[in-house]
Amino acid sequence: MKILVCISKTPDTTAKIAFTEGNTKFDENGVQWIINPYDEWYALVKAIELKEKDASTIIHLVTVGTADAEPIIRKALALGGDEAIRVNSNSNDSFYVAKQIAAIAKEGSYELIFTGKETIDYNSASIGSMLSAILDLPFVSLANQLDCNGNLATVRREIEGGEETCEVNLPVVISCQKGMAEQRIPNMRGIMAARTKPLKVVEPSEASATTSIKKFDIPVAKSGVKLVDPANMDELVKLLKEEAKVI
Amino acid sequence: MVLVYIDQADQQIKKSSLEAMSYGAALAKQLGCDLAALVLGTVQDNLADLGKNGAQKVYHIKNESLNTLDVKLHSTLIANAAKNVNATVVVFAHNINGRAIAPAVAVKLEAGLVSGASSLPNTVNGFVVTKTVFSGKAFASIQIETPIKVIAINQNSFGVVAYDSSATVEEMNIPIPAPSIKITKVEKIEGEIPLTEASLVVSGGRGLKGPEHWGILLDLAKSLGASTACSRPVSDSDWRPHHEHVGQTGIQIAPNLYIAIGISGAIQHLAGVNRSKTIVVINKDPEAPFFKAADYGVIGDAFEVVPALTAAILKSKTAN
Repeated sequence: MKILVCISKTPDTTAKIAFTEGNTKFDENGVQWIINPYDEWYALVKAIELKEKDASTIIHLVTVGTADAEPIIRKALALGGDEAIRVNSNSNDSFYVAKQIAAIAKEGSYELIFTGKETIDYNSASIGSMLSAILDLPFVSLANQLDCNGNLATVRREIEGGEETCEVNLPVVISCQKGMAEQRIPNMRGIMAARTKPLKVVEPSEASATTSIKKFDIPVAKSGVKLVDPANMDELVKLLKEEAKVI
Repeated sequence: MVLVYIDQADQQIKKSSLEAMSYGAALAKQLGCDLAALVLGTVQDNLADLGKNGAQKVYHIKNESLNTLDVKLHSTLIANAAKNVNATVVVFAHNINGRAIAPAVAVKLEAGLVSGASSLPNTVNGFVVTKTVFSGKAFASIQIETPIKVIAINQNSFGVVAYDSSATVEEMNIPIPAPSIKITKVEKIEGEIPLTEASLVVSGGRGLKGPEHWGILLDLAKSLGASTACSRPVSDSDWRPHHEHVGQTGIQIAPNLYIAIGISGAIQHLAGVNRSKTIVVINKDPEAPFFKAADYGVIGDAFEVVPALTAAILKSKTAN
């Protein structure tokens, strides 16, 4: 089986979010970069778990990004995966990124294509669904469990107000979330092996962006917490009723 | 035309879809164009009532096979329907179904997408939609460059608006492709409002010291008619079910009121709740970072404060 795992580079969850150039660009100054947690903990580790069950499984990683994405993709290779592909381009528009990954996916004829449920920077949760539409494949979102048997995948996913199990024929695109796999950290052997694993750089294929970012804004800070005397909960109820008007 | 996709769960129209309908109505008015709703599957609601949320017309593709989510099937039908009625903007609720379907529809319509929108577009110079980014820590204004636009509007960010009218319902007959997935088992969480739809949420953290102490939190939630949630350490320790976990890796919510009890407010937790309209923090540690993100704070022992708050709420209810 061949699996393609989509990897995105995102600022660390605790990174300070600020903008430069008249609030049009994310301020990368001092930012620690990580593998998008959903891509790493759930999508990539699930692929590794499948390879541990069936050693003939081949895992390819793909990222769309400039050369500064390479430490992230090496870290992903250190966790597992046989080979990585970096599409040498900026990644500012979901559709553009999905087109680039789709071109790689078409060439590799993968049975499973994994994404994380969303990236923690732009939170669009779009790539998996877009990929499925470009490739004309089924898409299962928010998966938290997956078993494969021959050509059939059994996936458990989150739905409105519960969970659902479904069966789908491969190939399929799946977005992964908590429950799919157990978080791991790379070991020394993995880190050493990653140095010599192939990391192919390809130039982007023809595609145009459908959106562009005009500016960023930081939400207006809360005016400060209003402290209420713990012995006077009537006061809190009054504030919630009359000032906040939420109850 | 603005076309609003009306989503359902268990054959019932979701509140988030009514919000999307109201958003679509405001958008159609802004653009000076027609407005219609699109319903897939069989629903129990009276579709003409969507007029009360602004719809003039409701297109209905009535087929039971569309009652469960199949992104390939749904996105094909929605895109074909949008082409049939010459829709220029397609609006979705940014809920579980909408966020899965909207990007595929955008591809099929060669449309630019803003997923997780938080406001109506600015159409003075182009078509610019604001969305939340960096898990609620910032907003981005995104210009959609294509003639057709797809917008998925955040839950609880655009209120349901009441109109005094009724919509005309028209069945749309378009070929329905074969399903791409087969549902074999459904497990619903019974009798609770899904957290993402709840307008009031009471949430507990490690400060409650153990699952046996959840009674005071449940009593408070009951007094308010609120849903319950928890922090990650609580669900990781199996004190509470995983579907209650809100935060970066759990679910993200935006209720009108979020009451956090014994939760310190780590940045990962805040990422899941910072779009709440009003935040109340109850914590005995005055240094808890959550107080910085709160509107109201109570520095005190949860085991005393929470029952007192419940009593005060019940008292105010009988006073009415």
